[in-house]
Amino acid sequence: MLQTREILETINMVQKEHLDVRTLTMGISLLDCVRGNTLDTVNAVTTKIYSYAKDLVKTGQDLQNEFGIPIVNKRISLTPLSLICGKDTDYVALARAIDKVGLDLGVDFIGGYTALVHKGMTDFEKRFIETIPEALAVTDRLCSSVNIGSTKAGINMDAVRLMGEKIKETAYLTKDKSSIGCAKLVVFCNAVEDNPFMAGAFHGIGEAEKVINVGVSGPGVVHSAIKDCKGASFNELAEIIKKTAFKITRVGQLMASLASERTGATCGIVDLSLAPTPVMGDSVAHVLESMGIDSVGGLGTTAALAMLNDAVKKGGLMASSSVGGLSGAFIPVSEDIGMINAVREGLLSIEKLEAMTAVCSVGLDMIAVPGSTTASQISGLIADEAAIGMVNNKTTAVRVIPVEGQEEGEVEFGGLLGRAPLIKLSPVNNDLFIARGGKIPAPLHSLKN
Amino acid sequence: MKKAIVSVIGKDKKGIIAGVTDILFKMDINVADITQTIMQDYFTMIMLVELADSVDFSLVKESLAKKGEELGVTVSIQHEDIFNAMHRI
Repeated sequence: MLQTREILETINMVQKEHLDVRTLTMGISLLDCVRGNTLDTVNAVTTKIYSYAKDLVKTGQDLQNEFGIPIVNKRISLTPLSLICGKDTDYVALARAIDKVGLDLGVDFIGGYTALVHKGMTDFEKRFIETIPEALAVTDRLCSSVNIGSTKAGINMDAVRLMGEKIKETAYLTKDKSSIGCAKLVVFCNAVEDNPFMAGAFHGIGEAEKVINVGVSGPGVVHSAIKDCKGASFNELAEIIKKTAFKITRVGQLMASLASERTGATCGIVDLSLAPTPVMGDSVAHVLESMGIDSVGGLGTTAALAMLNDAVKKGGLMASSSVGGLSGAFIPVSEDIGMINAVREGLLSIEKLEAMTAVCSVGLDMIAVPGSTTASQISGLIADEAAIGMVNNKTTAVRVIPVEGQEEGEVEFGGLLGRAPLIKLSPVNNDLFIARGGKIPAPLHSLKN
Repeated sequence: MKKAIVSVIGKDKKGIIAGVTDILFKMDINVADITQTIMQDYFTMIMLVELADSVDFSLVKESLAKKGEELGVTVSIQHEDIFNAMHRI
């Protein structure tokens, strides 16, 4: 029989510490939906998504009901759409049609308006990327991502330049909504194929036909576990975090196996990321601060984050049959109340954030910058971040929002996306650097064979 | 047959156990085990219950929550597996 203490611990995690399954994401392969024209492609894609994901939302709701663990988002990730379209495809029409399917099915987001151009770009992939701003402006739940570099291939600087421009255009086209289109657009280095989190989720081409991936969360649970350990050594803290991550991941594993069974999908991975939300008590920054730094951004923050990221992975590994995705700690600015406060008070700079991305699981995430930020500045930011990912053999990403028409103050995105104080980037001109184009070659340690 | 955990947490008062078990009885649910303590003035009761597959889980959940409101306590029911997953290897 379970102990009362154990039962209460679980109940407390959910009711007071915001433990939840952040997302139940169904990956759907569209490789068999290649057709000769737009109309047939749209029909094939939408028919397949309707048929495969028709029970996804209900399954999530049923599991939440039976097990008492909130399942916050139900999402779909698709084969990168750039791969299933031909040279004459009307990509935006396809984007609209997929967005409508998402609305009908009641899912929160659909990811996969994606191009993988880390080594080179075909003409039609370039044309596809050109349509990203419009596709994001005319849809609500569609998310886009572009992989512009990898440890094996190096960094495609032509794509880096292009993405700086597309982020600016997306900001302009969605200027009536605080440039929110940019919150649905991620630029990756070393993108992973089974990530359930948005905006960067897509269904990799090495994946099965229909897969359930689950993203668990729980910064509040970790914070609660270590906040009272005053004076404990880092070894002790790491142990506590590992044990907590184990418990959180077991919840994710149970939900993943049941959801895949009920939807007839392959059980994919559990992504054991600590994903914050803007509400109090659900902050990764507060976990770092509870280790003894008055504010995130202070000296020691990078070390604290490195320890947290590693302990989360180690604790989760044994709890799941397959850990994947990004698995670690997320440090989005607008989605984390502790990060928001630190930026607001000038205690967390963009340079410190960049350093933190070398040891966290993703990158520069949900950072609002002034509307006057140039495409070259954004491309420079992407190149720097991609270099960290390429050299350190890890995923890095940039999700930056140049808020059109706003130069200072704060911007409100609402919901899980939160709000962010604007951060100014370095004003130093780098136009000639970005204009060069070409490729930054892969590092020496990519040659492992 | 499904096993689930019913938890009742709140300010102690008369009739809590009677109220909750009455609902369970009416819905043909067996109570297999029960523990009850007072923790920091809070009444805490945990019950292991057995539900036939034909029982509508949502309806049970709703009825218990409603009874909880009447009694001024929080009553919830969760599938036992979530606790086993978390606390048993």
